[in-house]
Amino acid sequence: MNVYADNAATTAASDTALAAMLPCFQEIYGNPSSLHTPGQRAGEKLEAARELFAHHLHADPRGITFTSGGSEADNQALRSAAALGAQKGKKHILSTKFEHHAILHTLQALEKEGFEVTLLDIPADGVVTAEQVREAIRPDTCLVSVMFANNEIGTIQPVSEIGAVCRAAGVLFHTDAVQAAGHLPIDVEAMQIDMLSISAHKFHGPKGVGVLYAKRGIPLVNVIYGGAQERGKRAGTENIPGICGAAAAFDEACVNMERNAAYLTPLRDKLITGLTQIPHSILNGDAKRRLPGNVNICFEGIEGESLLLLLDEKGIAASSGSACTSGSLDPSHVLLALGRPHEVAHGSLRLSLSEYNRPEEIDYILETVPGIVSYLRDMSPVWDELERGQKPHLI
Amino acid sequence: MALYSDKVMDHFQHPRNVGKMENADGIGEVGNAKCGDIMRMYIKVDKDTQVITDVKFNTFGCGSAIATSSMATELIKGKPITEALQLSNKAVVEALDGLPAHKIHCSVLAEEAVRAAVRDYYDKNGISYGDELKACEGHCETCGHDA
Repeated sequence: MNVYADNAATTAASDTALAAMLPCFQEIYGNPSSLHTPGQRAGEKLEAARELFAHHLHADPRGITFTSGGSEADNQALRSAAALGAQKGKKHILSTKFEHHAILHTLQALEKEGFEVTLLDIPADGVVTAEQVREAIRPDTCLVSVMFANNEIGTIQPVSEIGAVCRAAGVLFHTDAVQAAGHLPIDVEAMQIDMLSISAHKFHGPKGVGVLYAKRGIPLVNVIYGGAQERGKRAGTENIPGICGAAAAFDEACVNMERNAAYLTPLRDKLITGLTQIPHSILNGDAKRRLPGNVNICFEGIEGESLLLLLDEKGIAASSGSACTSGSLDPSHVLLALGRPHEVAHGSLRLSLSEYNRPEEIDYILETVPGIVSYLRDMSPVWDELERGQKPHLI
Repeated sequence: MALYSDKVMDHFQHPRNVGKMENADGIGEVGNAKCGDIMRMYIKVDKDTQVITDVKFNTFGCGSAIATSSMATELIKGKPITEALQLSNKAVVEALDGLPAHKIHCSVLAEEAVRAAVRDYYDKNGISYGDELKACEGHCETCGHDA
């Protein structure tokens, strides 16, 4: 059986998204910047897509900017808020330790440019509190950026409460909603979100398309210079097929959101219950305040990459926060921020489901994982020491 | 997955000489669970001929850590100790038809595991050895091994 359980990495494009894209290659192929009819037809598609995103986000369409993806949206959001802050002499930015690297690495770049960055610690349940944000805001804070839901452990952050704290303090609030968009309700007005980033391929849209929402009055700083597309804030001929696919996918995801969540939540919980029965395993992040499709578990005594390779051999596609899969010497910064010791963080497994997963696939995962964990533990000198009591179990 | 050669995948999926060894003559353990790799190698030595008659390993680590352990055991099994000590990480990599650049350290670990097992055997049997066999201190990033 083949099971794709890595939907937090990317999803399959939906039929709806594909159907929305296809006419944009050979029928409606004009350049929206052109004066002629083919160009204007493409322009209409672009504006319809903008309105669809605005509608589901409860936003003004003029606040929607299309980008090449979530990373670009994050970069542009942070740079825009930083530039605005610098104009007012405010050069402090507040974020968290478990943000996506699109945020963390942009913040590192801003630090080199003279900004001061505070990263909030992550509580053991993986949910940052509005109180933490309130306490850390300083008179010179120009921006708070806290993700809507974490990409590795799926925990949902109290965005509304953080939005209220920021609004009260007069500080801009950005949220990286790449994992949340299309999966959780978002209302930028009610939640007092000033800026928000979205990536289309996380909800069955195409890759290479993102959205940056910025509340009216926040001037965006260009990341890409050139033509006057996107009100001059994002140069380059618009990716009309991608944008149309993204909008169709977002519409579909938002319309079916409740139904998808109701379908996925019990499957997620079944996986969590089943896999945490494996001795010396632990769920990462709060059991309930998490994305409907996210499961992230550490197994002591084994290493994630070998687990992934053996799962792949059995047809199961998943991911891990081990160092070997992160391409660095350290395991996932998210799991470390959560307080997992290095040796435990190496043995993590993330399964991320979408509504395309079938219940029998969940059963297959539950049948397959325990055998692989136990096979790798039998081979592991670390497990040998733990079992013989030479070292204490950490989980 | 195209990350690894067929040879690496074969040794990862069907590791040779995996398991513990009772009454081993030498046991070497290298690596660090914090970094994500630990190899433990057991050797059985014929005292008269100084030939490694049996080898076993236990490894905590990624696919290439398991594959390099497996390959290293194959390369030294049945060989005189002096020959086993000549095993280089490069030879392990070549025997596996290559490793991705960021996995070369796994082969270094395999070479170190063999040397650590031999050192343990020498220590237990009062056989002296030179500085060239002294323990790897685990400074992986600054290690001068061929990468």
